[in-house]
Amino acid sequence: MHTTLTINGTRAAHDVSPATLLVDLLRDGLGLTGTHVGCDTSQCGACNVLVDGRAVKACTVLAATLDGAAVTTIEGLAHGEALHPMQAAFKEHHGLQCGFCTPGMVIAGLEIVRRHGTAVDEATIAHDLEGNLCRCTGYRNIVTAIAAGARAMETTHA
Amino acid sequence: MREFALERPATLAAAVAAFAAGGEAALLAGGHTLLPAMKSRLRMPDTLVDLGNVPGLAAITRDGNRIWIGAMATHATVAADPAILGAIPGLARLALLIGDPQVRNRGTLGGAVANNDPSADYPAAMLALDAIVETDRATYPVADFLQGMFATALADGEIITRVSFAVPTHAAYAKFRHPASRYAVVGVFVAKFDSGVRVGVTGAGPGATRWPAAEAALSARFDATAVDGLVLGGDLNTDIHASAEYRAHLAGVMLGRAVAEATG
Repeated sequence: MHTTLTINGTRAAHDVSPATLLVDLLRDGLGLTGTHVGCDTSQCGACNVLVDGRAVKACTVLAATLDGAAVTTIEGLAHGEALHPMQAAFKEHHGLQCGFCTPGMVIAGLEIVRRHGTAVDEATIAHDLEGNLCRCTGYRNIVTAIAAGARAMETTHA
Repeated sequence: MREFALERPATLAAAVAAFAAGGEAALLAGGHTLLPAMKSRLRMPDTLVDLGNVPGLAAITRDGNRIWIGAMATHATVAADPAILGAIPGLARLALLIGDPQVRNRGTLGGAVANNDPSADYPAAMLALDAIVETDRATYPVADFLQGMFATALADGEIITRVSFAVPTHAAYAKFRHPASRYAVVGVFVAKFDSGVRVGVTGAGPGATRWPAAEAALSARFDATAVDGLVLGGDLNTDIHASAEYRAHLAGVMLGRAVAEATG
């Protein structure tokens, strides 16, 4: 099926089979392998991407049902070499260990800022990460990083 | 996932027709139950009819003492909608306890209601808030609609368009979540109306039910002490998560918490 998507700012028609999951189009079709498949059962959040600004689990969305939508993956956040403030905060605060869950955590962080604003407190962040698993259990620094990233988005208007 | 044909109709009538024409067909709303079932091949439809292009199915309106919520309204929408927060904050709170933020951005009221999972949250609210389910061809009071584990009055291909909930004077939902699945081990929705109190219980038995003993006690006196020590009766579930005895007790605890929140 011809499905038109704006992926990381680039609008294009994609030929996808009806059963193609968004995460498979991104990874296998377009080589955007920053979006990870952890559990494939909508538990872990490693596949989180933004669809029209809202975080969703790309392992549980059919690409062909998103015709016309805008999708932002982890690859679409930085401006050239300049990291998005949320990405920079993860680097600064060591918000990753093995890194597998990190793309989904960064996207979850943006979802948290969207819903709670840039002044969001750490308890809210910790609670709203309920759909993201870090098997290194590095949650403490992830929460710190998202809080710092949120503050940084306030000043940079990213 | 096995391959299938995907239809994306732009009207309700076209959706009904696409379902009828498609061999073994399934309706797709948010897909957060159906797609996992298709991945594991518990469901293998020939045709999937996506309702995402049908206009008007996500509207939220107030009509007198009822809130009508479109079937395609996501849990995130229900949790944050000003009209619902104003009229029935306990219902918005229930939606906020489903899944996780990403799941709530996709999962829908209509999908959850049609599936009638015995551990799902909405059926408890439907029973307590005297819900009415409207479809493309009929209107059902909740007592007729919910028919036990994964069973509803829906005919094959019948499409829920919207669901209404009566606006109570007080209401709250208390849920003991399974920590991994986020489904209710037991959930209790309490709603007080001028005419009396209604209580819906989910997760405890093979389908959501009302709780007559709790309703009688709370209609006499709407206070958590009126149901102190009350234990849920009936044929309850025993599984790897909890025994029937545990659920019976847990229902009483959730009932007390819901009443405390509704009166607090």
